[in-house]
Amino acid sequence: MAAALTVDCRKTFPGRFFMSAQLTLPPDPPCVLILFGPSGSGKTTLLRCLAGLEWPEEGRIQFGSTTWVDTASNVRLAPQVRRIGYMPQDYALFPTHTVAGNIEYGLSDLSAEARKERVRELIELFQLQGLEQANPTQLSGGQQQRVALARAIARRPQFLLLDEPLSALDAPTRAKLCSELRLLLKQLAIPAVVVTHDWAEALTLGDVIAVMQGGTILQTDSPQEVFSRPVNAEVAKIVGIETVVQGQVIASDDGLATVSVNGTSLKGLGANVSGSPVYVCIRAEDVLLEQAGSGITSARNRLSGLVTEVLPQGVMMTVTVDCGFPLRAMITRGAGKELGLKIGSTVVATIKAGAVHLVPRSV
Amino acid sequence: MPVSVGKTADKGGTVNWLAIWVTFKLACLTASVLLVVGLPIAYWLTFSKRRWKFIVESVVALPLVLPPTVLGFYILVAIGPHSPVGRFYTDLVGHPLPFTFEGLLVASIFYSLPFAVQPFATAFEQVDRRLIETSWTLGVSKLKTFFHLIVPLSTAGLITGVVLSFAHTLGEFGVVLMVGGNIEGETRTISIDIYDEVQALNYAGAAKTALLLLAVSYGVLLLVYAVNRKVWVVWPQR
Repeated sequence: MAAALTVDCRKTFPGRFFMSAQLTLPPDPPCVLILFGPSGSGKTTLLRCLAGLEWPEEGRIQFGSTTWVDTASNVRLAPQVRRIGYMPQDYALFPTHTVAGNIEYGLSDLSAEARKERVRELIELFQLQGLEQANPTQLSGGQQQRVALARAIARRPQFLLLDEPLSALDAPTRAKLCSELRLLLKQLAIPAVVVTHDWAEALTLGDVIAVMQGGTILQTDSPQEVFSRPVNAEVAKIVGIETVVQGQVIASDDGLATVSVNGTSLKGLGANVSGSPVYVCIRAEDVLLEQAGSGITSARNRLSGLVTEVLPQGVMMTVTVDCGFPLRAMITRGAGKELGLKIGSTVVATIKAGAVHLVPRSV
Repeated sequence: MPVSVGKTADKGGTVNWLAIWVTFKLACLTASVLLVVGLPIAYWLTFSKRRWKFIVESVVALPLVLPPTVLGFYILVAIGPHSPVGRFYTDLVGHPLPFTFEGLLVASIFYSLPFAVQPFATAFEQVDRRLIETSWTLGVSKLKTFFHLIVPLSTAGLITGVVLSFAHTLGEFGVVLMVGGNIEGETRTISIDIYDEVQALNYAGAAKTALLLLAVSYGVLLLVYAVNRKVWVVWPQR
């Protein structure tokens, strides 16, 4: 079976940047691809090429068995016939239409009755009851996001494209809608591409992450691979989280959760339900190393382990400690010398609970 | 050019209602035709990515700077019996286009073109591109997007364009004189009537007609500025 999506295209923006992207998405199961990178890295441009709103100068975009773009044979499929659900940043709700009108907007092929039924269904799914006749400007950010999503999936698209779906929201709403979005993407079971610059969103939503920088894709891999084994220093710098391991919440008390990672128990933050699977994310600069056998600290996590790798990076060095899982720590070279760190030496790694980020993951 | 003086002299202080009727008919028709013709031109000028777009933009704006007599002269030549267009029209209808109401209408349309197209284009320019693009991704064609989304979001600009081209046609003088002549009930408009009255030293008649034109023009501008007030541009609620 052909790949769900094959992309190989180039586009220049005079004086700004050059985009060159190669991508392949497996057909089964339908997966969510995250385009991850800092602003200006070309993620939105690539997404717009997929939507048919931007045209690559050279290359191909193939979706399933349909060619969407092929500059060699001059194929350029209009956005109208791609059967996509596209949600731009800031949602672009039509101010001329009510909430129901926005959702109904693309459904003119359906009979009036089927249209009404579909709108009712979506209003219910997205908990927008009572707001059918409201004007988009009267809605909160979270409600606007829901309306935009409802509108995007109303036509039962075969491919979903979301540009920074959560960035316009405040932090608490974002966390809530992020897990809702994850459920929705699983339910829809269609391939999707989501643009984001937030690593927690990338981990929560993505099956595959493509890290972009300066218009090119540097690495395409599973979330855990990308975060814990970046292909080069550039990717490592973009993702900024050196330790990402899978864990299971075993207890949760007032937002302070205890997670088990390969038998090692850690305290971390995140109001997670006991038993739920999570990614445990720790930045290397949040890990302190000391010689085994010293005093008590306020830190909740003290893990002893063997040094398995020492990587000098300028004045700093990255040390990997095996404490049931590979934990990366970043310390100065001077500190490394004082501790007498070398491969095989025993150290105690200390991490404050607040630096252990727990991100929900699907099994 | 048959600029007659004698006809109006005996009317005293009365207003030439026939000239007013001709003028309003001309202005209404010009504004209506420009609404139909101006929309696609303005759409193309706003959304086309062609590099030579500026050439068309300049042509559309030309009537703003050209003396009406120059514009009138070229239109007269273009629709006259010696041009292909003029011959075609004569063969089709049976009489030539210059010095008829239809000829005047054609000239007015060219003369007021920028007054319709420029406000239309400005209004289209202000419509958020992301709304338009989102509409396309929802499977809605460019034409339907235009009528369902762009037009409702540009109402103020559309009203402005129509009203300005209407008002501009009301007051035109040079082009009317060149192309229309001065035929009572056919091509004699208010501004020419005022000129005739003054030439005949009938100041009372000129004053009444002039006042009427002033009042209408002022009313029209009031309407333009009212619809362009920020508070109810585009969307009246909130």
